[in-house]
Amino acid sequence: MELLDVSLVNWSRAQFALTAMYHWLFVPLTLGLGIIQAIMETIYVKTGKEEWKKTAKFWMTIFGINFAIGVATGIILEFQFGTNWSNYSWFVGDIFGAPLAIEGMLAFFMEATFISIMFFGWNKVSKGWHLAATWLTIAGATISALWILVANAWMQNPLGMEFNPTTVRNEMIDFWSILTSPIAINKFLHAVTSGWVLGAIFVAGVSAWYLIKKREVEFAKRSLKVASIFGLVSTLLIAYTGDGSAYHVAQKQPMKLAVMEGLYKGQEGTPLIVIGVVNPAKEKYNDDVEPVLVPLRIPKMLSFLGYRDFNAFVPGIADIIEGGYTTLKDTTKALSFEQKKTMGQTAITALKQYKEAEKTKDTTAMASHKAVLDANYKYFGYGYLDKPEDSIPNVPLIFYSFHLMVGLGFFFIALFAALLFFDYKKTLDKQKWLLWVTLFTIPLGYLAGELGWVVAEVGRQPWAIQDVLPVQAAISGIQTSSVQITFFLFLVLFTALLIAEVRIMLKQIRKGPAEE
Amino acid sequence: MITYSFLQHYWWFLISLLAGILSFLLFVQGGQSMIFSLAKKEDERRLLVNVLGKKWEYTFTTLVTFGGAFFASFPLFYSTSFGGAYWVWMLILFCFTIQAVSYEYQNKPGRFFSTNTYRSFLFINGLLGTFLLGAAIATFFTGSEFSVNKQNIAEFGGQLSPVISQWENPLHGLEALFNVRNWLFGLAVFFLARTLAVLFFKNRLNNAEIQSRLQRALVMNAVPFLVFFLAFVFWTLFANGFAVKPGTNEVVLEPMKYMNNLIEMPVLLLLFLIGVVLVLYGIIKSYLNDSWRKGIWFAGAGTIITVTTLFLVAGYNNTAYYPSSVDMQSSLTIFNSSSSFFTLKIMSVVSLLIPFIAAYIFFAWRALEKTHTSIEEINEKDSHAY
Ligand code: HDD
Ligand code: HEM
Ligand code: HEM
Repeated sequence: MELLDVSLVNWSRAQFALTAMYHWLFVPLTLGLGIIQAIMETIYVKTGKEEWKKTAKFWMTIFGINFAIGVATGIILEFQFGTNWSNYSWFVGDIFGAPLAIEGMLAFFMEATFISIMFFGWNKVSKGWHLAATWLTIAGATISALWILVANAWMQNPLGMEFNPTTVRNEMIDFWSILTSPIAINKFLHAVTSGWVLGAIFVAGVSAWYLIKKREVEFAKRSLKVASIFGLVSTLLIAYTGDGSAYHVAQKQPMKLAVMEGLYKGQEGTPLIVIGVVNPAKEKYNDDVEPVLVPLRIPKMLSFLGYRDFNAFVPGIADIIEGGYTTLKDTTKALSFEQKKTMGQTAITALKQYKEAEKTKDTTAMASHKAVLDANYKYFGYGYLDKPEDSIPNVPLIFYSFHLMVGLGFFFIALFAALLFFDYKKTLDKQKWLLWVTLFTIPLGYLAGELGWVVAEVGRQPWAIQDVLPVQAAISGIQTSSVQITFFLFLVLFTALLIAEVRIMLKQIRKGPAEE
Repeated sequence: MITYSFLQHYWWFLISLLAGILSFLLFVQGGQSMIFSLAKKEDERRLLVNVLGKKWEYTFTTLVTFGGAFFASFPLFYSTSFGGAYWVWMLILFCFTIQAVSYEYQNKPGRFFSTNTYRSFLFINGLLGTFLLGAAIATFFTGSEFSVNKQNIAEFGGQLSPVISQWENPLHGLEALFNVRNWLFGLAVFFLARTLAVLFFKNRLNNAEIQSRLQRALVMNAVPFLVFFLAFVFWTLFANGFAVKPGTNEVVLEPMKYMNNLIEMPVLLLLFLIGVVLVLYGIIKSYLNDSWRKGIWFAGAGTIITVTTLFLVAGYNNTAYYPSSVDMQSSLTIFNSSSSFFTLKIMSVVSLLIPFIAAYIFFAWRALEKTHTSIEEINEKDSHAY
């Protein structure tokens, strides 16, 4: 057996992050634009007005350009679980594989089939069928999001499974609880509505550009109206589901919550930081240096958001490592890092002894080792960790990502409200400043989504599967150099494709709907 | 009775069927490898790209679903093969990634790469995608160099790498290219894809000039296909196979194992023969009868049946479907690599929707293919042409 190579773990993580973040550049636009164009086509079918057909078709062209590259990046992600996280694929494949397979069967085929009717079927099927195909395409995309997010939510909060020492893997025992876990549902809603938000920002921004240039004015106003209404609804939904996300994080991943807020020492009635700077002088989790400087706080708000009680105790990073506290939701005394680590090592050792006993078919020894294993399995993954610091994710990165995402969320609400207000006043084309702001919000929409994933994914480090499997035990047995090569290969390839996509899109937008 | 063993066989059947359907749909890749040779003028190239362009998503999605279904039903294969034969799979992924954008982008203003670059992406996908998939599948019969030790995960403390499946060859999959039989099957799949593409073009195109070149192209591809395919099949039938001893589950080499499987499972033998005859019928009748356009359906159905049977032969009847040539006892069988009973059961319930999915695909395909495609049609204003 080979020695563990830490850089292999890091390069594998980098490669996954790279490909996932590229995928997420395209997927949210598909989810959002898909709905918007379907709404537009519905208006066309209802009113019979050709200009709505033209409007819908223009956005479909953009959709197609974006969709192709979303597909291109998706296939890498899917197989990457096997190529770069092979231990993971075995250890939890019994649960994790199913959503991926169901996604392929139920969602991707639906998307692939109906998108061909949407694009090629204008003169070949009836108006009604075409509209149905457009809705089914976006339904397929959304169902695909559902399944992958169920899988992702399960990694953050493993449930519905049982560890089997004979096969050395976790086995599914309750599919329904995995599918309907509140975390999965919330994650689905939050991530999909983030796609809607981006779609609305994108359509609004491009339409604003036409208005600034005084081109395609009627088309742009039509599009802006749909985008603003849809955008306002979506941004309100995202704030609501975002609150749900934070609530679930507080319950299931207290360390992530503490890191998001830069909270080291918890208290009852913890305030929420609105603006702050992470203090670079903080070196150890248990020194007395103030972790966040110049904060603007809302008193007791974090307690309320996390536990729905203004006076609830929220544990900080040091509390979680040292243990010994209780919370509203869990009145048993929390274990310290060292206690969890001991339990994890006990569990791993029991597994080893179980396997030895299995070879000699010593069933009594097997049963007793299994009992030890079961009793300590909850913290299995801690056995692989070395020191308490290993269990703390990157604080500044997650702190800033989180606050920026939330700040942007509220900014988007204000933006759509303003757009609707001036649209109602019929003076939208005179508000040059607002149109410019709308245009430059497009990159911010992308940024908010990426930041969200950074919070969610980097914030759960070092866990691939929360508490059960850390990243260093999830890898494949390959050389670091191989992963470096594929990392740069994908970096160059995806970047080139992205440049092509952006240029094609810009050309198409400049051309406008008129010459379609 | 629904037993564990029944579900393991059922899922191996579904995997085999997906592999069969994928092999048929690889005609898209075959067609892509002919864009430069079969078409002589720009208009003709566009025509080929556009008829293939309505179908490429099906092949791609089938590949993705094949991967997902394999992951869910036989996760140990997923982790061992993908994590071990890293380079082969990465190359396959790479050439499917470049395919996915190439249809949509190749003729759009601002495309960044030239039209011909995108078409060479399609060509590379057609060449490497088919060949490498074939070579990778051939290792189901020829074996790979890996070992599996689940106890490895109980190593901790940051010293040893706790990886369960270890690849024992530093080339990580590329070593499969040192095996002649893998080459034979890789080339067979490549030429099969091209043969099917010719039959597909024959069925779909409305263009006299290309039609006039198809007969020759058919021979040029069907003959090498048959040579490589038959060489692989006969070699494999007479070679040693990886048998599992019932009871002890010990993996041993058995002379003519795959031949014995066909004899002991006569239904498979029959299916295999039917499949091969259908392929031959589709090819030969197309060649003899210039105006007959239905060859693709016969050869396509034959391909699905033949490849499905080949997979079944590799996995059923106490055979290790993913054998290890360096540590035989690590070989994967449908029993030691599958998901749990419960997971297979859940997935089987979901699989009952497959006929429904097939039905809407059929509907959509019919709705779009009422007429044959011509150059005039793709130049028309209101169509989403590439
Ligand atoms: C347009 C994008 C966008 C916007 C405006 C927001 N989010 Fe978000 N957020 C995402 C896009 C996103 C995301 C990309 O969709 C994430 C990543 C994973 C997930 O479930 O959603 C996410 C994750 C995420 C998480 C981590 C969840 C986890 O770890 O499981 C929290 C706590 C929030 N969000 C909270 C909020 C709040 C309070 C917002 C205030 C309005 C907000 N988000 C706006
Ligand atoms: C598409 C949006 C996503 C983005 C932008 C994203 C981002 C990231 C990032 C930045 C990392 C690296 C974290 C680190 O190592 O520090 C990561 C790791 C990872 N993510 Fe995601 N992620 C996304 C979706 C998902 C989903 C849906 C899943 C599962 C279904 C997933 C599974 C993983 C796994 C297995 C790793 C590697 C192990 C680890 O580092 O935890 N990701 N992701
Ligand atoms: C790491 C996790 C992920 C994997 C393994 C993955 C896998 C894939 C694959 C294989 C495709 C191509 C499907 C085809 O053949 O058409 C794809 C496309 C797509 N995926 Fe993902 N995906 C992941 C994350 C996500 C997330 C988080 C979402 C949404 C919330 C999502 C939504 C979509 C959509 C809508 C498409 C269609 C293509 C597009 O619009 O860009 N995926 N994905």
